[in-house]
Amino acid sequence: MIELRNISLGFGERRLITSATTRFECGKITALLGRNGTGKSTLLRTIASLQRPLDGEVFVGGDSTATLSSQELSRRLSFVNTERVDVEALSVYEIVSIGRSPYTDWMGRLDNEDEAMVRRSIALAGVEHLTNRYVDTLSDGECQRVMIARALAQDTPAILLDEPTSFLDLPNRYELCRLLRELAHNENKCIIFSTHELDIALSLSDSIALVDTPQLVHLATDEMIHSGNIERLFNSDFVGFDPVTRSIKLK
Amino acid sequence: MQRRLHITLFTLLTVLLIVAAFGDLLLGTTHISIDEVWAVLVGESTNANYIKIVSDLRLPKIIVAILSGVALSVSGLQMQTLFRNPLAGPYVLGINSGASLGVALFTLAMPMFGVAQGSLLMRLGLTGVAWIGSAAILTLIMALSRKIKNINVILIIGMMLGSAISAIVGVLQYLGSEESLKAFVVWTMGSLSTVTRGDIAIFAPAVVLGLVLSVVAIKPLNMLLLGENNARTIGLNVGRSRLILFLSTTLLAGSVTAFCGPIGFIGLAMPHLARLTFRTADHRVLVPASMLLGALSMVLCSLVADCVAHSSVVLPVNTITALLGVPIIIFVVVRNRHRQ
Repeated sequence: MIELRNISLGFGERRLITSATTRFECGKITALLGRNGTGKSTLLRTIASLQRPLDGEVFVGGDSTATLSSQELSRRLSFVNTERVDVEALSVYEIVSIGRSPYTDWMGRLDNEDEAMVRRSIALAGVEHLTNRYVDTLSDGECQRVMIARALAQDTPAILLDEPTSFLDLPNRYELCRLLRELAHNENKCIIFSTHELDIALSLSDSIALVDTPQLVHLATDEMIHSGNIERLFNSDFVGFDPVTRSIKLK
Repeated sequence: MQRRLHITLFTLLTVLLIVAAFGDLLLGTTHISIDEVWAVLVGESTNANYIKIVSDLRLPKIIVAILSGVALSVSGLQMQTLFRNPLAGPYVLGINSGASLGVALFTLAMPMFGVAQGSLLMRLGLTGVAWIGSAAILTLIMALSRKIKNINVILIIGMMLGSAISAIVGVLQYLGSEESLKAFVVWTMGSLSTVTRGDIAIFAPAVVLGLVLSVVAIKPLNMLLLGENNARTIGLNVGRSRLILFLSTTLLAGSVTAFCGPIGFIGLAMPHLARLTFRTADHRVLVPASMLLGALSMVLCSLVADCVAHSSVVLPVNTITALLGVPIIIFVVVRNRHRQ
C-alpha cells in the first residue's frame, strides 16, 4: 500500500534518514520507533505529503505522491496528528463529517451514503456516546478517538498516526492500540503509528519500523526483537531491554 | 432539533432586521411620519423634500449600513477561522492600516507637498486612496503567504505591519496642518452617511463579489477548523484557499474601510455572537448567520446614532459600534474561560 523508495529526510545539512526503501501492506499495523528527534514525525509527514523528502519517492496505492493532487491523496491516506482541535461549538458529529470532505460536493453536504459512513466510523472508534458533545468539552483520550473516527470517515486504505498514545493514561493507551490493531486486521487497513511505548509496540503490532539513524530498519515484530537492534538503540546506563520479557528494565 | 433552532433564529433575525431598517427610515433630524415614508417608498409621495430626504439620504444610509455590517462580519468570521484565533477580525491582515496610510497620505501629505486641487490624484478621492492602500497591503501579505507556511507568522507580520504603518501615519499627523488633520481624524471615526447613491453603485458590487467568494470558501473554512495540516490531509488546497479568503476579505473589509472609514468591533464581535446563538461551528450556518447579525447590528448602530442626533450633530458610528461590540466580546471571552 505504502512504498518508500530511496527516501532521504532531513533539514539542510542534517540528514535524519538516508536511502530508506521498504513497503507497508494493507491489513498490517506497524509501529514506528526511534529516539527523540530521529525523524519519526518527519517520516510520517513526508508520507502524508505535508513535506517533501530531500531525495527519493513515496508511493501510495501505486502512485508517487509527487504526482497525486491533495484530493486524490486524501482518498488513499489519512493522517491523525498530535494537534488538539479546540474549536468552540464544534460537535463530534461535525468533526467526523468534515472527514468526508474528499467525497462531498463544493458545499460539503453529506448524502445518505456519507451519513452512514460517519455513523459507522463513530461506532468503530467507540465514541457513539460522544456524538453530540462539543469538542472543547472532551478529554484528551476522547479527543484522540474522535480524530481517529474522523480518519475512518475519510475511508482510506492507509492511516498514519503520530504518537496517538501520548497524553493518554495506561489503560487508554492499550485500549487505543488494540482498536488500531483491530482496524488493521478487520478492516484491512494499512496502519502506521509512531510511539515511544516499546511494550505496546512489541505486543500489538505486526511489524516494527525502527529509526536507527541514518537508517530505517523495518522488520516483522518477532524478527525485530531478536535482531538486537532494540537493545542497541534503547540501552543506556540506567535501563536495558530484555528480549525474553519484551520489556525495558532498570539495571 | 438544531435545525429547528436555526430556522427559528434565521426567521427572527430577518424580521428584526426589516423592523430595524424601517425604523431607521423613520428617524432623523427631520420628522417625517410613517405614512409619508411609506408613500415615498411605494412612489406615491408628492412632497419633493420628503422624497429627497428618504430616498437620497436615509435609504442609501441604511443600504450602506446593511452592506457594511454584512461585509465586516463575514470577513471577521473568515479571519477567525483561518487564523484559528478568536481575536482575529477583518483588520487582522492590516487592511485598515493600509487604507489609513492611503488616507493619511491623501489628507495630510498631499497638501504638504502642494498637490493641486482637481489633479488626477485628488480626483481619486478618499475612497480611491483607501482602496489602493488596502490592496497594497493585501498584495504584500499574499506574496509573503506564498513563502511562509505557518499561518501564525503571517498573523504576526500583519500586526507588525499595522504598527509600523500607524507610526508612519503618526508622523504624518504630527507634521500635517490642523485643517488636514481634522479631515483625517473624521475619516478614522467612520461614517455611514457620506456614501452617496453613486458610491453604492461601486460599493455594492464589490461587497457582493466578496460574498460570492465567501460562499465558495464555505467548505474550505469548515476543513480549516481542524487546522491547516489536517485540512491538507483531507484534501484541501491550502494555498488556493488562503488566496480566496484574502481576496474576499479585502473586497469586503477593504471596501467598507474605503467608503465608510475603519468601523471597529462589528467584524470581531458578530461571528462570536453567531456561534453563541446558533451553537455550531459549521460555516454553512455561520456565514449567513454572521451576515444577518452584522446587518442587524449596523442598522441598530445607525438607529442609535439617529436617536441621539439633535439638529445637525451626528455621532461617529465607530463610537457606537465599540459600545455595542466590546461588551459582546468580553462576554464571549469570559464565558469561554469560565467553561474551561
